[in-house]
Amino acid sequence: MNKYISPLILFLLAACRGDEPTVPPEYKPLPGEITADSLPSGMYVLNEGNMGSNKSTIDFADFRNGVYIRNLYPERNPSVIKELGDVGNDIQIYGSRLYAVINCSHKVEVMDACTCKRIGQVDIPNCRYIRFLQGNAYVSSYVGPVAIDPNAQLGAVFRVDTASLQVTGTVTVSYQPDEMEITDEYIYVANSGGYRGGSGKTEYDNTVSVVEINSMKQVRKIPVGINLHRIRRDSYGKLWVSSRGNYKNIPSRLFVLDRKNPNSREMVVTDSLDIPCSNMCIRGDSLYFYSAEWNEQKGKNTVSYGIINVKTKQLVTSHFITDGTEKDIAVPYGIQVNPVNGDIYVTDAKNYVSSGTLHCYDRNGKLKWSEQTGDIPAHMCFLN
Amino acid sequence: MPCLFVTAQTKPDSIRQLQEVVVTANRYKEIIPAQILKGDELEKLNSFSVADAIRFFSGVQIKDYGGVGGLKTVNIRSMGTNHMGVFYNGVQLGNAQNGQIDLGKFSLDNIEEIALYNGQKSEIFQSAKEFGSAGSIYLTTRKPKFEKDKTANLKAGLRAGSFDLLNPSLLYEYKISESLNTSFSTEWINASGKYDFRYRRVTPSGNLAYDTTAVRHNGDINAVRTEGSLNGYLPDGMWKVHVYHYDSERGVPGAIVNNVWRNGERLWDKNSFIQGSLQQDFTPEYSVKINLKYASDFTHYINNDDKLIHVDNIYKQKEIYFSWANKYALRPNWDVSMAYDAQWNGLSEYKSVARNTHWLSLATAFTLADRLKIQASLLGIYVNERAGESDSVSLKKELTPALFLSYQPLKKHGLVFRAFYKKSFRMPTFNDLYYTDMGNAYLRPEYAYQYNVGVLYDLNPKNRYFNYFHIGVDAYYNLVKDKIIAYPKGQQFRWTMLNLGEVDIRGIDVTAMAVFRLSGDWLLTGKLQYTYQKAIDITDLKDGYYRHQIPYIPLHSGSAIAMLTRNDWSVNYSFIYVGERYNQQENIISNYTQPWYTGDISFVKALKINGATMKLSAEINNLFGQDYEVVLNYPMPKRNYRFRAVIEL
Repeated sequence: MNKYISPLILFLLAACRGDEPTVPPEYKPLPGEITADSLPSGMYVLNEGNMGSNKSTIDFADFRNGVYIRNLYPERNPSVIKELGDVGNDIQIYGSRLYAVINCSHKVEVMDACTCKRIGQVDIPNCRYIRFLQGNAYVSSYVGPVAIDPNAQLGAVFRVDTASLQVTGTVTVSYQPDEMEITDEYIYVANSGGYRGGSGKTEYDNTVSVVEINSMKQVRKIPVGINLHRIRRDSYGKLWVSSRGNYKNIPSRLFVLDRKNPNSREMVVTDSLDIPCSNMCIRGDSLYFYSAEWNEQKGKNTVSYGIINVKTKQLVTSHFITDGTEKDIAVPYGIQVNPVNGDIYVTDAKNYVSSGTLHCYDRNGKLKWSEQTGDIPAHMCFLN
Repeated sequence: MPCLFVTAQTKPDSIRQLQEVVVTANRYKEIIPAQILKGDELEKLNSFSVADAIRFFSGVQIKDYGGVGGLKTVNIRSMGTNHMGVFYNGVQLGNAQNGQIDLGKFSLDNIEEIALYNGQKSEIFQSAKEFGSAGSIYLTTRKPKFEKDKTANLKAGLRAGSFDLLNPSLLYEYKISESLNTSFSTEWINASGKYDFRYRRVTPSGNLAYDTTAVRHNGDINAVRTEGSLNGYLPDGMWKVHVYHYDSERGVPGAIVNNVWRNGERLWDKNSFIQGSLQQDFTPEYSVKINLKYASDFTHYINNDDKLIHVDNIYKQKEIYFSWANKYALRPNWDVSMAYDAQWNGLSEYKSVARNTHWLSLATAFTLADRLKIQASLLGIYVNERAGESDSVSLKKELTPALFLSYQPLKKHGLVFRAFYKKSFRMPTFNDLYYTDMGNAYLRPEYAYQYNVGVLYDLNPKNRYFNYFHIGVDAYYNLVKDKIIAYPKGQQFRWTMLNLGEVDIRGIDVTAMAVFRLSGDWLLTGKLQYTYQKAIDITDLKDGYYRHQIPYIPLHSGSAIAMLTRNDWSVNYSFIYVGERYNQQENIISNYTQPWYTGDISFVKALKINGATMKLSAEINNLFGQDYEVVLNYPMPKRNYRFRAVIEL
């Protein structure tokens, strides 16, 4: 009889609703020795979460204590209604603060970099990426101030004063701007035109906007390639820009922008590398990249990894993971390289609607450890 | 009073419709597990739409995005919405675009009966398409019935309540002659859709984290439904023409996420169809049924949110359908049938696609000593498609069998055993195949295999207090193969559709009912329904969710109904329980969704005033005011009210 009663009791226990708790963080030990003076001391991982799920979360790999903490934010900020938000798109540290750009919650969440405790938020519609210069944050947004023609949804860059967390300036750029790179004078903005491509009626954008930083005026648009995404500067002042292509006949590419001539301040496309690139990370002369592109014929994703020497613009290797474990990555979705010990971090977004994985490889490409993350781990930044 | 449920169906005639034929349940008819809600009982349940009523059936899961206008879809035995066929007066409602029928769109105002069949309807004299779904819902509109010396019926109703709901309706039925009548029904549904919802969370240690109440926006609806029918009775047959038009504008209440409390999606729908059917017995052995339908659907979707991509899309769908069904009685206890259906579907504006489908069914029904019943059917389907400029992009041929058995071992006892096997499939929808970037024109159909065994027991005790008892238990094993799932493409929320999934479903459905005459005029009816379902993803051993329960399928769910009536008063209490479940594939804490259970109560009073009948009812829904979500981030309303007055002349 007991056989029948216990499931019944279990059922009745499971049957009721209690108070609904926020999701608690999970702590997992990281393999390896505990190094109390490790620098950087840790790394934040921003999980995007699928659209509408409100499951953007922050994980923290604590290198000093050898712990991986999954979903830190609700515990540190229990009173924030509906937690971190929907679809995280960028995470950066500037000064003592941690900034998380939450795309579909239309906000930049500002936290203390050490504790992950909330300081405030800046409401910016459809915000994408964040960069900093001299006390200001610059945030790209897919939709700028409402234009007269509602169909021409031009994007914008918002300037935010990091002291007051107020928007102090806006500049309209081209269509659906993604990453930015900032020099002393200019903001370079990679425009995707993501809302226009694929519609059949309009095309993707193909320009990098050049914004004069003091006046917040767009001074030029440099034609580069279709559907731009990443833009990073190397130590020689060159800009590395990736395009997504149109997902059909035009593949993803990597472009190099440099000064027109040594005396010019104007950047022009000097090289177009026949290398597809979804994401990259530059450390010294090495540009680590991966690419994941859908192959219609094969009916699956084609994934590639590699390192380019930014000085020679040559492919150094097409495998920075050397122990064969790259086959365990379904969809690489984020990359970061430790500036001190050269460890390489690659995230796997799997099917976008289940937990991802963070893989850590040593500088020689051997897998050190893997950790379960939140949904769609994508963006990483180091805490010193 | 407890009329269970089955009216003899083979031979409709004009006499029978005058005196309601009620076959009590000890003479069993249905081979196939069926659940039916009709008439008075349906009226007393606190249900506004068909979707609300279907919650009381076992084995089904409803996805409800909340409110009067929110999308409500039904999934039977975890096989997915697309495996469910919804039939309106015997003809299937189509949506070639996404395969989903929003049952929230069908109000109960003109619906007389809702029936749910696992597998298919227990009837071989039906169109070929009716053999095609893994499960079927039949919605039947009210049939005109006239009392002696009356040539017209008029019914006017008004419903009002929470969400600023205003819902007047009118029904007029007219007897042109003994063999010809007509009916006209219309209603207007208007609601702001505003309701309070609350999110309260505690920290894992039990302290209050946050507690906030807000108003649900953009859930408004303004809809008009108009229907008319012309019904004719022939010496050995009947014919019917039915016209339907539904015109609505609604807001689409989006997901409530951090920092977003309202959004700007709006939807306009115009659904119209005209369908005709003719049924004729040519000889006592040979009968023919013909159905014809033309349907036109128009959808206009816009997203006006300044913060998001502006979308302004129009979709137009058209459908032409023909069915020819034949039945021949080889012996008094042995029938065979053959049916041929053809259908053309077209989608235009946003994407231009056309599909031709042909169905051919062969079926037989055999009865031995009125105790052993067997039905077998075989369905062949042939699909031919054309998308845009390209030629036939796909040509699909399928053959699916079904076998149903039931056996009553003892003549005098209402104990019946039953079993069935059915293979069925669903075609990829136009969205699956051709949706921008995501569609995959090479998709194959998705299959469902069902194995079911069950037992039911009916008791009609000649007892003063205890009038009726019924229990039915079914256990089943379903396998969904080549399930069409969204598969990630390399970059940024880009997906494609692939035949990749595989789901193993094991379940038990229990239904029970009892009727008691308490004393004098007091009558108590109780109904219980329970579903256990283990539906696990067995696609790939390497997945983190391998053998995990699939999203939104609770292990346990059920409902209970108690109806107490005395003369012209009645009180009805219903309770629905949906157990814990997960909102994504992985069964982990961050995907956990709490159980929900709501109690609804209604009071109904009938009055007679100068020959007119009047019915007044008051409903309280979500009596305990539970704050729950059926779908993640789509909060449901707290306690809400509805009042209704109906007058019949």
